Parts: sequence; structure tokens; C-alpha cells
Amino acid sequence: MSPSIIYNIFMRDFRKQRKRMLLTLVAILWGTMSIMMLLGFGEGLKVQFMKGTVGLGQGIVIMWGGQTSIAHEGFGKGRRIHLYESDIEYLKKNLPELKEVAGEYIRWSVEIRQDDNILSERINGVFPAYRDMRNMIPEMGGRFINQLDIDLKRRVAFLGDDVKKRLFGDKEAVGETIYIQKMPFKVIGVMKHKVQMNSYQGQDEDVIVIPATTFVSIFGDPYLDNIVYQPNSMDNTKALEKRVFEVMGARYKFNPDDDRALSFWDVIEMTRMTNNIMIGIEIFLGIIGGLTLLIASVGVANIMYVSIKERTREIGIKMAVGGRRIYIVIQFLLEALGITFLGGFFGIAITYILTEAFKRVPIESEAIELLGKPTISLEIGLVVVLILGIMGLLSGLFPALKAASVNPVEALRYE
Amino acid sequence: MISMKNIRKVYNTGKVSFEALRDINLEVEDNEYIAIVGPSGSGKSTLMNLIGCLDTPSDGEYYLSGRKVDSLTANELAGVRNREVGFVFQAFNLLPYASAYENVELPLLFSGMRSKKRKKRVVDLLNRVGLGEKLQNKPTEMSGGEMQRVAIARALGNDPKLILADEPTGNLDTKSGAEIIKIFDELWETGHTVIVITHDMNIANHCQRTIKLKDGMIYNGNGFPVKKQTASAAGLN
Repeated sequence: MSPSIIYNIFMRDFRKQRKRMLLTLVAILWGTMSIMMLLGFGEGLKVQFMKGTVGLGQGIVIMWGGQTSIAHEGFGKGRRIHLYESDIEYLKKNLPELKEVAGEYIRWSVEIRQDDNILSERINGVFPAYRDMRNMIPEMGGRFINQLDIDLKRRVAFLGDDVKKRLFGDKEAVGETIYIQKMPFKVIGVMKHKVQMNSYQGQDEDVIVIPATTFVSIFGDPYLDNIVYQPNSMDNTKALEKRVFEVMGARYKFNPDDDRALSFWDVIEMTRMTNNIMIGIEIFLGIIGGLTLLIASVGVANIMYVSIKERTREIGIKMAVGGRRIYIVIQFLLEALGITFLGGFFGIAITYILTEAFKRVPIESEAIELLGKPTISLEIGLVVVLILGIMGLLSGLFPALKAASVNPVEALRYE
Repeated sequence: MISMKNIRKVYNTGKVSFEALRDINLEVEDNEYIAIVGPSGSGKSTLMNLIGCLDTPSDGEYYLSGRKVDSLTANELAGVRNREVGFVFQAFNLLPYASAYENVELPLLFSGMRSKKRKKRVVDLLNRVGLGEKLQNKPTEMSGGEMQRVAIARALGNDPKLILADEPTGNLDTKSGAEIIKIFDELWETGHTVIVITHDMNIANHCQRTIKLKDGMIYNGNGFPVKKQTASAAGLN
């Protein structure tokens, strides 16, 4: 057995049978590409979904006051329950299960001016802990409200990225002055853009955040609009909710079983549900991917199979003029490997190029943003190439092996 | 050149077994020109395939150029086919995707001939059969006669002493057929042993010896060279 003979025969036929090789190659390439793209975009969607969920906040529960529906300790029903700033310390003290608690004042349609720009926007009065719980991360060069701002009732403002754009355009905002109801505020930071899929009072990109103490001194709000808390553990938030009812019920004299007295939005539970939906979508994409793989496999097998007759004759001819079985088998093996390798390589390469190109397309659309950044997985690509390669081998090599195992007369006679 | 003793060939297709050849005793000397004739199904092609080592006998002994070849391995048989036998088929059996040049080159690739020598050899062979102008033509671009000449050039690749042709003119018109036979004549004149299966009695009569097959047996007693027969006849007298 001589390598140069194998090389000569292989290279010659590889060039000669370009059409079939190309078709098989394209079938493998296409299969690899479509499955990788499908799962890649699925993964990107999942990541964006996760980020979007986290956009509202991570591991938090939002609570606001309601109206009692059960008479309790001499109070009638229908009494409004309000949340006060002092509840924050009270909750922290009485519920060690809570890692962090923060309050929030809200006011809609407040007049904001910057130069000639006059807008009517939402103002939030918050505490420093709000930043991490609600994922309001400042861009480089800026900061969030801090404890000193609270203590000194400073007139400082932290802007959502969209409201910043509407006030300042592309100009630098940090250090500039805006007027909130004609009072000057210094801009101390701009929120880093985030994907936010859920909100309870509007998107964070549209809000102007000021220290809670400053807010109270300007607007005089007596009670908080929300309390946001973050439990130590994300398990069993329902049980924790019960504890909050007990503790708050003791303070405001309502029945701990009165589920109308307080309202909750359990972001933790919602995140869990979003997770489950994503798992569902992944399974769905996996099934589609599997079916695509099946179709691609059938494509490869088909191309191989239709050429069996022709190839069996080819093998017969080669053996008749003195080709050894091993040359023929190795030629077919090399062919299958070569096509699989090239098809797989180009499939993965094209997928990579397309997804990278997609990431760089500057389309400002929320839908595209949600589709996000397709994340291709090399492992999946390799598995797909492997499966298609095996299909190619099964459908092409084995008939060839069979043809090479009979004597040339039979191979020549094959119909 | 060829010596076959009590050759038998049985085909087993499932439950039925079919005896294609029996009691074949055949001697062929160097540089003979032989025609094999007989009705369809008489075993002509089977005999030719055995002679050409494309198939192996079920029983009996076969010596080719003094070497026992009836029980060689598949690889050894491939070597014999490659170097010692040139086979020409009725259906040409050219690679459809390859040019005349590449078809003729095939046996030379398998024998491992060096590229420079190989190139010269292929061109020489195609010139010899009158196709020096059509090196790059594919089978589909050639006439039947031209395809058969490519096949002959291929059969001559490694300069085998024995040329076998299974109805080489069966698919050709009279004129092309005559040209092909002319090439066989030339080969015989240059020292090759030529064996041709044919239905055409003109061709058969043109040969030195005609072997008639019927029901898998040689029945005209021409299994041995004329010289040998006369010699034995002389011995009897």
C-alpha cells in the first residue's frame, strides 16, 4: 500500500466529482449552520430574557399598602394602610431574613427644565440601597444617590438614560444643572442602559432619581409609595410574605391573614417563571434543531445513496484494472472525512461570521435588542458535524465497502 | 500462457445453484489469437472472467504464465489484473466523469508508476489507438468506437501479454468494429496473446482458433493448441 497511490487517486477523483462532493458539502454546511444559528439565537434570547428580568431588580419583592378587608382589634374594615419611612428600620429590625430594605417616593408629571427643554417627567425619591436592588448602575463618570446626599438633603439628581437623552442629547450631563419645579439640581450620574422587560411605574430609563429626604422636603409626601426588600434567601418567598404580614399587622393593627392590607409583587417568583418559560423555549428549539438535523442527515444520506449505483460501477472498474480493495476503501473514507471536515468547518465559520455581523448591526429596536446577542456553541456545532459525518459514512461508505468486498464482476454488474 | 485443468464454476444464488462452467480444460500458448463463441448463457463471459482473474473458479486449477492463480488472495488477484491482463468490455466500462487521459491513467496509478513516466505512457497509448487528439475528451463526448479504443489503451497500460475482449464490437457499428478488430490484429502481430468473445463469425474465422462453448462446456474439442493436437495425432499414428 503506497500513500502516493492513495493521494493520486483521491485528489484526482475529488476534483472530478466536484458536483456531488459540493452538494454533500453544502448539505453538511447548511445543516450545521441552521442548527447552530437556531440554538445560538435561542441562547442569545435566553440571555437577554434573563438580563431583561434582572433589569427590574435582582431577588427583590416590591410591596405597597392596601386597604383592610377584615375588622381587627376594634378597627373596622376598609381602612387604608400606608407605608412610612420608619417602616424600613422597623422591618430590618424585626425581620432578620431580609438582607436589604429600601423605600421609594414617586411623583408623576413633574416639570423639568434644562435650557430651553421643558419636560414633564416622573421623579423618584430613593435611598442608596435602591441602586443595587433595582440595578440602577451609573455610567462611568457618574454616581448614584449616597448616604451624604440623604443626610444633607442635597439637590442632586440621577437620570435614566432615556430622559438624559431627551434633556441633553449627546452632550455630557454629569455636572450640569437641571431645574425640577424651578429648583436647580446638579446631575450626579446617568444610568447605564439596561434591558428591562418588567416595570411597575414606567421604565427606569425615563425616571429622575433624587434623594428621598430632598424629595420629602420639596413635595412633602407623608408616606412611601413602595417598599422594596431583598431576602437573604430566594427560596420560599411566600413564607416570608406571611412573616411580613405578621410583623406589619402588629405595627398597623391589621389581621395578618388580611391579604388586602398589603400588596406584593414577587419579582423572585416572576424570575423563576421566566426561567421556566425559557427552559420551555430551549426544549422547543432543541426539538426543532433535532428535526433540522434529521432533515440534513436525510439530505446527506440521499446524496450518498443516489450515487451508489454509479459508485459501485466505479469501484468495479477500478478493481477490474487492478485497484486493491484497501485503496478504494481509503479513498471513500478520505472523501467522507474530507467532505465532513470541510462542510463542518465552513458551516461553523459562516455561522460565526453571520452572528458576529448581526451583533454589529446598529439597529435601535427593542425587538432586535431582545433577540440580543446570538451565542453560538462550538460544542453543538461539532456534535452536529459529527452526526452528519456519521450519516454520510453510513450512507456512502458502507455501500462502498460492500461493493469493494465482492469480486469486480459483481460490482460491474450492479444495477 | 494459460493452462486450465478441470475448471468448474458454480453460482449460488440463495437456494438455487447454477453450474456455469464444467470440465473446462484449456491450454493457450503465447501469441495465440483465439475466438470464443457460443450461444447466450453458454458460459463465455464466465470463462473470460476466470481467465482475466476477475472471478475465481469453484474447482480446478488455473495457471497463468506458469503461476497458479486459482487460489490467490483478492489483493494478489488485483495485482495480476493490473499487470498481466488487459481486459476490454462490451460496455466499455470507462469512468464517466474522467477524460480519456484519466481513464487510461487509472491502471498506471494503481501500479504506482511515476508521474513523468506515466504521463508519457498515457499519451503514447492514446496515440497508438489513434486518439492523440482527444486526450481531454470525456466518454460522453466520444463515439462508441472511440470509447472502445480508450478502453483498449487502458487495457494496454502496464503492457500485459494477455489481452481479453468480451464482445468488444457488440455495441459498435460495422466500421468501428472493423477498426477495433484491426487493433487486435496489430496487438497479436506484436506478440500479444489475444482472446476475443464474439457472435460475429467473420471475426471468429479471422482468428487462429475458435473455441465453441455450449452449456458450460467446450464442445468442439478446441481446448488445446493446434500444434499440440497435431503432435498428439502424430503420436497416435
